[in-house]
Amino acid sequence: MTGVPLVAYLALGLLLFTLGVVGVIVRRNPIVVFMSIELMLNAVNLTFLAFARYLPATGMKTTRDLAHGAMAGQMAVILVMAVAAAEVAVGLGIIMAIFRLRDDLDIDEMNLLKG
Amino acid sequence: MSEWINTLHPAWQALIRVLLVVLPILMLVPGMIWWERRLLSWMQDRIGPNRVATITWSKTSRLVPGFLRGKKTHFFGLIQPIADGVKLFLKEDITPAAVDRVVYFIAPAVALFPAFALGGTLPWGPFPALTPIADVNIGVLYVLAVSSLGVYGVVLGGYASDNKYSLMGGLRSSAQLISYELAMGMSLAGVVMATGSLKITEMVKAQEAPLWGAVPTLQNWFIFTPFGFISAVVFLVCMVAETNRAPFDLPEAENELIAGYHTEYSSMKFAVFFMGEYAAMFVFSGVFAAVFLGGYNLLPIRWDETATAVPAMAGLFKFLGQMNGALAGFWFLGKCALGITAYIWLRATLPRLRYDQLMSLGWRSLLPLAVSNLIVVALWIVCTEVYGASAAWIAVVAAGIALSVAAGVAHRIAQRGRPNLEVRGVRLVGGNPAQDEAVVGGPAA
Amino acid sequence: MEGVAQSPNLLVFAAFAGVAALAAIGVVAFPSALRSALCLVINFFVLAFLYFSLGAELLGITQIVVYTGAIMVLFLFVIMLLKLQAPALLHERQDFKIPLGLAFGAALFALIGAQVLGPLQGVFQMRADPGYGAPEPVGRALFSLYLWPFELASVLLLIGIVGSILLAKRKL
Repeated sequence: MTGVPLVAYLALGLLLFTLGVVGVIVRRNPIVVFMSIELMLNAVNLTFLAFARYLPATGMKTTRDLAHGAMAGQMAVILVMAVAAAEVAVGLGIIMAIFRLRDDLDIDEMNLLKG
Repeated sequence: MSEWINTLHPAWQALIRVLLVVLPILMLVPGMIWWERRLLSWMQDRIGPNRVATITWSKTSRLVPGFLRGKKTHFFGLIQPIADGVKLFLKEDITPAAVDRVVYFIAPAVALFPAFALGGTLPWGPFPALTPIADVNIGVLYVLAVSSLGVYGVVLGGYASDNKYSLMGGLRSSAQLISYELAMGMSLAGVVMATGSLKITEMVKAQEAPLWGAVPTLQNWFIFTPFGFISAVVFLVCMVAETNRAPFDLPEAENELIAGYHTEYSSMKFAVFFMGEYAAMFVFSGVFAAVFLGGYNLLPIRWDETATAVPAMAGLFKFLGQMNGALAGFWFLGKCALGITAYIWLRATLPRLRYDQLMSLGWRSLLPLAVSNLIVVALWIVCTEVYGASAAWIAVVAAGIALSVAAGVAHRIAQRGRPNLEVRGVRLVGGNPAQDEAVVGGPAA
Repeated sequence: MEGVAQSPNLLVFAAFAGVAALAAIGVVAFPSALRSALCLVINFFVLAFLYFSLGAELLGITQIVVYTGAIMVLFLFVIMLLKLQAPALLHERQDFKIPLGLAFGAALFALIGAQVLGPLQGVFQMRADPGYGAPEPVGRALFSLYLWPFELASVLLLIGIVGSILLAKRKL
């Protein structure tokens, strides 16, 4: 959309990221903590795409390089999505395993690894 | 014919396009319900609704023409869905005390949304000014994305109802939809590869090409190609599963879960769930028709080429070709009706799957089939381009044999070491706690 | 700088951004895990539209397929499973972590905002080619220049599948 400054997208991304951080700190429910992490990943995706659209990599000479520059942000987003999918599959599996083991889901009580 | 629409303000154009999709779907839902009830009762050797819309003419009134006086005119119960609708409207709307109110109220609306949104990319004819609503160049992905939202209505309804059976319905539905979405995406991916475009309009156009690239008078509907046929079968199964229809209606299995996710819903909220289901059936039939059955073409015949091939009857074929184009919307509607009839037929024929059977079908049969189909598509494309159609057929048949042998061997290996629980044709479930639980509720996650 | 009146696009963006931000606040603030998940679904959905507004059609639709269609359904699945097995389990406690987290978040926002948003204030022009997010160029880049990362991602997903099956199975 023309007329929208890059800063607007970045500010929104930053706000979502900060909210994700707050969620990770504040909440005790591991599922919600997980969701906050997903929120952070998405905030980063948004900034990746905003930069890819507004400021594709400069200082490149050939047209191939330029095409490369506009793609880099999107490629990063695709990889983040793949990582997020794998992370959720494993993470939720871990949460269910912990729940089966302890019948409890308070993240502050999960301190089995404490020395 | 419809180009005058392009002169209107874009907002009006958009409104016309949207109405052309939403209104037919809304109006066809009662017709579909009537058709399902009549056809199902015919298949089950019952009578079905045939009383509503019977007119008993007066014996004495002068307004009635003589030959009708005292007679009855039957309309096959056509008004039954309207009577049903009135009944649902006037019923008491009960909201159980312990429900999560906000979620309980939005769930039916959420269930209705994807069905209508899905209609957005379906072309009803070769009229780019009228249809589809938006010919986005990510058409097939849009279909997948929106159909994946269909699970939310069920899940939210099940969760908010505060009823264990509803919750189980939602649970089953989410697992089922995730499982079958994969195979659906893979089956569409094969067709996308063959078309070289994600646009659904392009897919319909690609199916107007000569059959197998070799028969100039026939159209290359994807269901006639070997890979397209397999894709179509996989897609058909997945689309039945995605709409939660029998035999995949585990989320609302009556004899296990009362009514599943909509147990606690009554009156209009239930009706909205019901409408969402039928609208989804209709739209998925439309997707199937557009992607595999040649879209808005009535017959797989290329009329212009046939006219040049048979000069004696060129005029007739030219006329038929024009009719084919002008009445495209009706042909498309007819194909949707065919799809809905298939749905009803399946419901009347097949018993409901057990939970483990459902998972096994989705993950162990459909997904490998769809993925190996992708390999076959690649072979088909390469061989057609390099060696021609006959070589492509040979290669595809050889690949099919090789893949089925591989699947057989893999199945044999997977079965080795398992106790044979087949007793008198009934496969018992036992000895494995995970599997037992899978039958009762969710999978052993 | 252009005013709001000259740029209806800015209003549209503000509406989307507002919904996304509210939904994100909802994710953190709602005590019920299901409400949080629903807010996250809304947030992801709106983010997909913001991706469309940036011209990244393919990624926007992938966002819907992957996040709202798969990941969030998985979340809802686990939430429902937990509700079925232990209905009263998922509730929160109030304690010192809430003001601490809020303070930390505000500090983070101020710090990064001051560092990043300031220098980039004048950027209005979208320099990338408008068609850069169509399926074809993205696919070409993914399967040529970025083939190795792509293959590595597929290996990662495979490991994820194996890992989750290992975690979920009680008896191997």
